[in-house]
Amino acid sequence: MNLSRRHVMGLGVGAGSAVLLSACGDSGPNEKVTGGGQNAAPAATSYDGPNVALAFWNGFTGGDGPFMKKLVDQFNTEHPNIKVSMNTYQWADYYQKTPAAVATGNGPDVGIMHVDHVSTNAARGVILPLEDLAKALNFKAEDFSPPVWNAGVYNNTRYSIPLDVHPLGFFYNKGVMEKAGLDPEKPPTTNDEYQAALETMKSKGIQGDWVTPFEFTGSMQFQSLLWQFGGQLFDEAATKATFGEQAGVQALTWMTDHVKNGYSPKNVAQDADIVAFRNSKNAFNWNGIWTINTLKEDKNLQWGVAPLPQIGTQKAAWAGSHQFVQFKPKAKDDNKLAAGKVFINWISQHSIEWARGGQVPARAEIRDSAEFKALPEQSAIGTQIDYLHFLPPKPGIADAMATVVTAINEAVLGRKEPAKALADGAAKADQLLEQNAKKYGG
Amino acid sequence: MAAETAATGGQVRRTGPATPYLFLLPYFVVFTTFVLVPAVYGLWISLHDWDYLLPGKPFVGLDNYKALFDPGSAVYSFWWESLSATGIFTVLSVPLLLVIPLLIALLLNRRFKGRTLFRAIYFAPYVLGVAVIGVLWRFLLDPNLGVVNAIIGGSTPWTTAVPWAWVTLVGVTVWWTLGFNAVIYLAGLQDIPRELYEAARIDGGGKWSEFRHVTLPGLRPVLLFITVNTILVSANMFGQSYLITQGAPGTETRTAIMYIAQVGLADYKMGSAAAMSYLLTACLLVISVIVFRMFREKDK
Repeated sequence: MNLSRRHVMGLGVGAGSAVLLSACGDSGPNEKVTGGGQNAAPAATSYDGPNVALAFWNGFTGGDGPFMKKLVDQFNTEHPNIKVSMNTYQWADYYQKTPAAVATGNGPDVGIMHVDHVSTNAARGVILPLEDLAKALNFKAEDFSPPVWNAGVYNNTRYSIPLDVHPLGFFYNKGVMEKAGLDPEKPPTTNDEYQAALETMKSKGIQGDWVTPFEFTGSMQFQSLLWQFGGQLFDEAATKATFGEQAGVQALTWMTDHVKNGYSPKNVAQDADIVAFRNSKNAFNWNGIWTINTLKEDKNLQWGVAPLPQIGTQKAAWAGSHQFVQFKPKAKDDNKLAAGKVFINWISQHSIEWARGGQVPARAEIRDSAEFKALPEQSAIGTQIDYLHFLPPKPGIADAMATVVTAINEAVLGRKEPAKALADGAAKADQLLEQNAKKYGG
Repeated sequence: MAAETAATGGQVRRTGPATPYLFLLPYFVVFTTFVLVPAVYGLWISLHDWDYLLPGKPFVGLDNYKALFDPGSAVYSFWWESLSATGIFTVLSVPLLLVIPLLIALLLNRRFKGRTLFRAIYFAPYVLGVAVIGVLWRFLLDPNLGVVNAIIGGSTPWTTAVPWAWVTLVGVTVWWTLGFNAVIYLAGLQDIPRELYEAARIDGGGKWSEFRHVTLPGLRPVLLFITVNTILVSANMFGQSYLITQGAPGTETRTAIMYIAQVGLADYKMGSAAAMSYLLTACLLVISVIVFRMFREKDK
């Protein structure tokens, strides 16, 4: 047993933690990439060049994956000279993998990004402008919905084409409501009705609205409430956090009061709110539209979904959006770029199939179609389209949002008063916004 | 390598002067590629505002390090909170991971029926990945819906409030990894010559003095390895917090490695993350040296 060898070994393990990071610090493309490089390929709705193969990456690991796969297969059948192959990763991995892949020249051709990641990736030169595609197809904001459409613009340049919006909706368990003596066909739509329903359930010994302290979906509930009370997360230019102001405090207090008043148990763990809902221990749940297909798996569960109730002074709901992007290639290949645009346009036109996977299509004509109206849950949530809110298109905005998530967690778990938690978070967010402004150049 | 050995085959004792170096070469290549170069490169990164995709990587000197000690910086409170979370976890888990596996190893070293089965049972959790045990215990320990609270009654916030979250993280880690330490102890115990125990018995020593004067000194080299290794592994804890508590409440159970990963891989501030890594490495170096010193003094 050699002591000195062990010594070296022990130190090696310690040094490993430092190595962990530097190993990821690949030097990447050194050419000037700010602004995403050039994408001069002519955009068209059809492609008649030589055969091309396109790599299409996304993070549709849930029930939505098979719907997209089906669309891709159909596209391949209709376009013999374009072969699209789809690869799916966990979103968290995807957002770490794609920049690294692009940097080493192994990136995909086409992909999906959440709208709040578009500007960060545009600023980091991972994705290409899609201005020409939007122009060639004569897309206008009204063809989608102005907030969704405008969310894909960074530095006056369009980088993404919206595929869908996925807003928060109000899910209610009809069985639990009935048990409490509430009308299961009349979910609350105002704060008065909401509080009355909670009180009724409480009197029957039911904690009817579990408040989750975690990002999914506590942070989205908070944001919806914040906007409903007339607040904003950040100021116009996203240089200062404003979520700690009065509207934010009102929103978060509304959530923590649930716990205080016994409408929600304390210490709700990750996903416990929706698990309780599925097991009929919880009546109300503010959750994403993606929950529709999950709940449909529970054959005996009686549930419904409605637009979010109006708790504050105006209607508002949080939404995310999946958007198409084209990745920066190692060497420019006009055929691939052109084929990629044909693909994006085609999927967008066929997004009614995608809606069946539990989404609201971004394209207005599809949203207004009879086929979409025939999807009762999706279209109920879809009626919120005119008052959906998205994050400002600012590079690195996700860093600042992490402080919001922490503040909600602290307040709902009773570690800090709402005002204090938000003020602490906002102070941190201000510093991060300032750092990012410097890093990404304003 | 093979050619070298073949060439000198037959003359076992006579080797060229380069032979030992040639034997070292493969490991050295791996070591250089995956430890030495990244370690030096990381140091370089830590002196910059580094995002590998941005064209500008401005040199900032020691600013990334200074920020860690400046209470007004964006990283200061998060960094020290995460480092103290790592510290709390290490201080709580290391003594348990030194003592409990030793007791188990002592038991498993005795002769009894089904000994091999028990050895396997105690080792079994260790073969599971952190993702498996993390998700498993998150479900079992859910404050409102979990099996554990259903059995013992009440609604202890195992995963959402301190100090319970620490009880969970330490308890799960001890359960998960004690098998590894126990197996090493067991190997050490089997290395202690039987004659020493016989001699102790002839001298009239009881069970306790046998343990005190034969077992413990016999285990010293093993104990040193286990102590250092357990400290380093505990200080690098990531998966348990990431999966079971998600750092909650707030960021109180977010460990240093978790925060470093957030800053470096999610916020793309690799310079700052690299600086944190080096500070953590420095802390662990100091602790390792202290542990080695402690064991060396005992040698005298």
